[in-house]
Amino acid sequence: MERGSYDTIVIGGGPGGLAAATKAKELGMRVLLLENRDMLGGIPLQCVHPGFGLHYFKEDLTGTEFIYRFIDKFEKLGVEGYTRAHLLEIELVSDVEKRLRVATPNGIKKFETKSIIYTTGARERHIFEIGITGNRVPGIFTAGEAQTMMDIYGIMPGKEILILGSGDVGLIMARRFALEGAIVKGVIEIMPFPGGLTRNVVQCLQDFGIPLYLSHAVTRIEGTKRVERAIICEVTEDLRIKEGTEREIKCDTVVVAAGLVPYIKILEKIGVTKDEATKGPIVNDHLETSIPGIFTAGNALVINDLVDFVVEQGEEAALGALEFVEKGGIPTKRWRRIVRGRNIRLVIPHYVSGERDVMIYARVSKPEENVKVRFPEIGKEVKLQVVKPAEMIRLKLKKEEIGKARDKITMEVVKDERD
Amino acid sequence: MNEIKTHRITCIVCPLGCEIEIKTKNNGEIESISGNKCPRGKDYAIQEITAPKRVVMSVINVKGSVFPTVSVKTSKPVLKKLIPKVMEEISHIELEAPVAIGDVIVKNVAGSDADIVATRPAPRLK
Repeated sequence: MERGSYDTIVIGGGPGGLAAATKAKELGMRVLLLENRDMLGGIPLQCVHPGFGLHYFKEDLTGTEFIYRFIDKFEKLGVEGYTRAHLLEIELVSDVEKRLRVATPNGIKKFETKSIIYTTGARERHIFEIGITGNRVPGIFTAGEAQTMMDIYGIMPGKEILILGSGDVGLIMARRFALEGAIVKGVIEIMPFPGGLTRNVVQCLQDFGIPLYLSHAVTRIEGTKRVERAIICEVTEDLRIKEGTEREIKCDTVVVAAGLVPYIKILEKIGVTKDEATKGPIVNDHLETSIPGIFTAGNALVINDLVDFVVEQGEEAALGALEFVEKGGIPTKRWRRIVRGRNIRLVIPHYVSGERDVMIYARVSKPEENVKVRFPEIGKEVKLQVVKPAEMIRLKLKKEEIGKARDKITMEVVKDERD
Repeated sequence: MNEIKTHRITCIVCPLGCEIEIKTKNNGEIESISGNKCPRGKDYAIQEITAPKRVVMSVINVKGSVFPTVSVKTSKPVLKKLIPKVMEEISHIELEAPVAIGDVIVKNVAGSDADIVATRPAPRLK
């Protein structure tokens, strides 16, 4: 066993993990952070565009600037951490004791901890998950791969690029490719509305005259030694291919930005219960999973729009781990389930205690204007001019409000009927 | 002679995304602005029609560090029409590690009045 037992071990050194580890250290906990790559920082290391930190730092930073604030804080506080440390296995000894087996450059190490904060981020959805057929030729990348190539290693992935998916990742990559001199042939989106923020549609596509094909899908990618063309077609409202609408777009590169999925393989292995809507763990208001003392935050919990929300969740998980360590569990008189109502596709957390104020993060299924977000059991209503699937709803429920509910609180979006 | 030109833009000041219509005269003078639901939208529309500006971001090659590039941005938004010139000017630069966040790489890039500053450090490899 390495150097006794920790209060908490943070898995993953991206924004969620760095926020959790620095917060835990500030709270006086014995904390260790494990990162499997060569350096701390995670995905923001390759996010060279601005738009980060507006909530958390009240400044407009690039992803790189944002994450270095946390890396610097981590180093200044002297938090213990290993890079190139790959978690192999979690052994649940008891509710208050977990053992980790970790592969490091110096061999397999074992660590003992009371709690775990699991912040491994997300994986990218792959081309095989979205029903594209054709030749497996060079020139097909995920957006993250292309971003690593271009913005870390300075290598252009191609000259004529077609982007699949209009989420923020796809839009931002379209702008980066165009800025660096590639021809972006278009962005293909299967839904009838863009997946990303309006500001990104404007600044990343319209600025560069890049066409956005809504209600379109790529069905095949063809080529012999390299991607030569993609076959696209229109889709119906229920996302079926419209016969006779097929056409070809010449390109040498296809970049797949088909969304992210929480990456929680090891948590699933030990039996953490998953929410089919978020694809992440079911959590309570301290972001503790269904296994006592295992917390999660960031994109491993739910795919977030903003890194600001990720670090907020990381800090919340650290507060949870502290309470767990001090009290041997997260106490509550009664858990209330948060239930998805009308036009709520997903909501985090799943259970609230009424012991503390809680930040609620939710996403709608479809865009609507002039609406109210309503929690009928506690009589709370918030008016919103617009809700969109691309923009998370984030609002606070006060503990007194939660206390009014018996066993559940429904969250729903309804039309605001004005006179 | 007195031709009126119509421009349509999507406001990005807030998540509402108003579709704003701006009519301009031959001499570029703004005739009317409609579709915005707030005064901030009007200001944005005027800015977009008269002198749209953007922050530009890129990477520059660097020797002797962990990664072969440092990321950079303009210290403030630059005129949209200057973007190609900014990109061209920084494409020939090669740096030597170390570079720190905030280091000024190019002063007054492409005559934009903005500087190119580093946004990711490139520590010297030991």
